[in-house]
Amino acid sequence: MALDNVWVFAEAADGRVKTITLEMLAKAREIADEVSCFYAGAGDDVAETLGEHGASTVFATGDLDDALLGPPVAAAIAAKIAADGAPDLIMFGTTYDGRDVAGRLSAKLGAPVITNVADLIVNGEDVAGVEPVFGGSTNVTTRFKGEAVKIVLVRPKSFAAESAGGSVADVEDLDVPEVGNTGTAKVTARFMEETSGPKLEEAAIVVSGGRGLGEAAKYAMVEQLAKLLKAAPGASRAIVDAGWVPYSYQVGQTGKVVKPTVYLACGISGATQHMVGMKGAKYIIAINKDKEAPIFSIADLGIVGDVHKVMPKLIEALQGR
Amino acid sequence: MRSAQHNSGMHVVVCVKQIPDPAEPGSLDPATKTLKRSGNIILDESDSYGVEMALQLVTSAGGGTVSLVSMAPGGETKGLRTALAMGASDAILVSDPVLNGTDALGTAKVLAAAIARKSPDLVLTATESSDGYTGTVPSQIAELLGLPSVTFARSIEINGQSVNVRRQTESGYDEVTCPLPAVVSVTAGVVEPRYPSFKGIMAAKSKPVEALTVADLGLSADEVGWAGGGQEIVEIAASEAREAGRVVEDEGEGYAEIVNFLENLKVI
Ligand SMILES: Cc1cc2nc3c(=O)[nH]c(=O)nc-3n(C[C@H](O)[C@H](O)[C@H](O)COP(=O)(O)OP(=O)(O)OC[C@H]3O[C@@H](n4cnc5c(N)ncnc54)[C@H](O)[C@@H]3O)c2cc1C
Ligand SMILES: Nc1ncnc2c1ncn2[C@@H]1O[C@H](COP(=O)(O)O)[C@@H](O)[C@H]1O
Repeated sequence: MALDNVWVFAEAADGRVKTITLEMLAKAREIADEVSCFYAGAGDDVAETLGEHGASTVFATGDLDDALLGPPVAAAIAAKIAADGAPDLIMFGTTYDGRDVAGRLSAKLGAPVITNVADLIVNGEDVAGVEPVFGGSTNVTTRFKGEAVKIVLVRPKSFAAESAGGSVADVEDLDVPEVGNTGTAKVTARFMEETSGPKLEEAAIVVSGGRGLGEAAKYAMVEQLAKLLKAAPGASRAIVDAGWVPYSYQVGQTGKVVKPTVYLACGISGATQHMVGMKGAKYIIAINKDKEAPIFSIADLGIVGDVHKVMPKLIEALQGR
Repeated sequence: MRSAQHNSGMHVVVCVKQIPDPAEPGSLDPATKTLKRSGNIILDESDSYGVEMALQLVTSAGGGTVSLVSMAPGGETKGLRTALAMGASDAILVSDPVLNGTDALGTAKVLAAAIARKSPDLVLTATESSDGYTGTVPSQIAELLGLPSVTFARSIEINGQSVNVRRQTESGYDEVTCPLPAVVSVTAGVVEPRYPSFKGIMAAKSKPVEALTVADLGLSADEVGWAGGGQEIVEIAASEAREAGRVVEDEGEGYAEIVNFLENLKVI
């Protein structure tokens, strides 16, 4: 009971195919006989990895000249559909560009998008997306109806990336239709912000700090602890908004989804929008002075205490090892 | 879209969603399978950043107007009044029983049709709403209006006939430039939304709110609502709950509990 044909929007950064793409490929090859990818760039750069993870073909747009990806990629996908027919499902990752392309394509085709998908249920031709709401305490299942093309936006860390041992994917270069006025947004410069230690999404341990730290300077305790544990430092939105740490540190609904072995939350209340980004951790430890803090309802170990007392001692104990 | 009806200054439309206060616990109505809208309705905090940004842009342009566009059931204007009290000039409210159950694309169709009536230089939205968070409405609006768009803006600067945007990325930010008119979605927390003054609150009461229906916008009822949507909710279920574990009061040895826990996991 599988779909014939699923397309996955593939993304890469710094020459590496993104994990979210590989996660989607793992699910795509489970639910479909044939999986193809769209890629905004040179297909040869990614054909080996995408093939290894189960894609048979990469449809590539080639260099897009610093254009934001939404309009040209959506136009290229729509043209491919007009020429050769639609697949049974198109999957995008919930990323900056994934949302742009999915939104543009949806409007172009008059097709619905099921968003924030954490799982897909396929029943014959029928496709439904499962979305966690209220901090992950409730799952809402939404099914496509009607004849339109089916588009989903998939949350990171929903599926486990795994090699399928496939061979290099075929590359098919696409013509990108002229998009006129809609395609006039151009990137003129790119800036990287530094982060220390391992990447948040990949680290086995994440140490996050929240407003309970009291002031920006105290975030140093989080960084120190992270270093000792070879962990990635993270943050709640409250302290990102307050300017203590860059946005790239944010864990949660509008930040990163993390799934480490251990998540240590320091001075974080556990708002639903935070929990939805870290609830998948294998073990959760929380330090909070309020024993009623919601974070304790999902913590495997909760320490009711003052971060300014507990964290320095923890740092000292780890330094002594 | 930039039209001659505006003779001076910058004309910005901000899309603002009016939502049930997220501070009150949310629940889904099992009958209609939509978010229950009982309780207090407020201006979505995510959109307060766009309103603030628009007011600042108009000020730096030396004049102009900020208009609001909102789609909400029951003729709701509470959230609109908050944004008007901050300093927006006027609003369009689209409210119509046929809109019940409208999905993101249907919402974008309605908003795009309402925005077009204002012929703005710039359209602002939030990157995602607090209650729906599909994050697709901004680019859907842009595509329907045939406009360029820049999502995830941290800052916006108008430069003659174009807009320069600092766009958030996974690893930092990009500088993006694009000609006006354009749709820009604003990331939360990037400006400090002003508190409405008493004078602003009083003035907001008499600012014009144009109430429109789907037919007024020239859309047909079967493009929106339950009928027009390409999706339906089939199940709402509690997910596997995570059990709370051991909770220990720190009496000076709390740190040792953490060390033990990590040791048992063999991660240290
Ligand atoms: C649309 C939307 C999206 C959002 N997305 C995100 C997101 O992606 N990520 C996110 O994190 N949030 C997000 N939020 C915000 C979220 O709702 C919360 O406001 C935020 O997570 C709170 O951060 P916090 O826990 O650091 O602060 P608070 O809620 O203020 O909690 C601080 C905690 O610290 C404790 N504390 C205080 N002092 C001490 C001390 N000395 N020692 C120990 N504990 C102490 C307090 O008891 C309290 O529990 C979003 C909100 C909206 C509306
Ligand atoms: N009903 C609505 N009325 C006005 N603006 C809306 C509405 N729905 C969405 N928007 C705008 O689109 C943004 C993104 O919404 P969403 O795609 O639902 O996450 C919101 O933050 C608003 O700026």
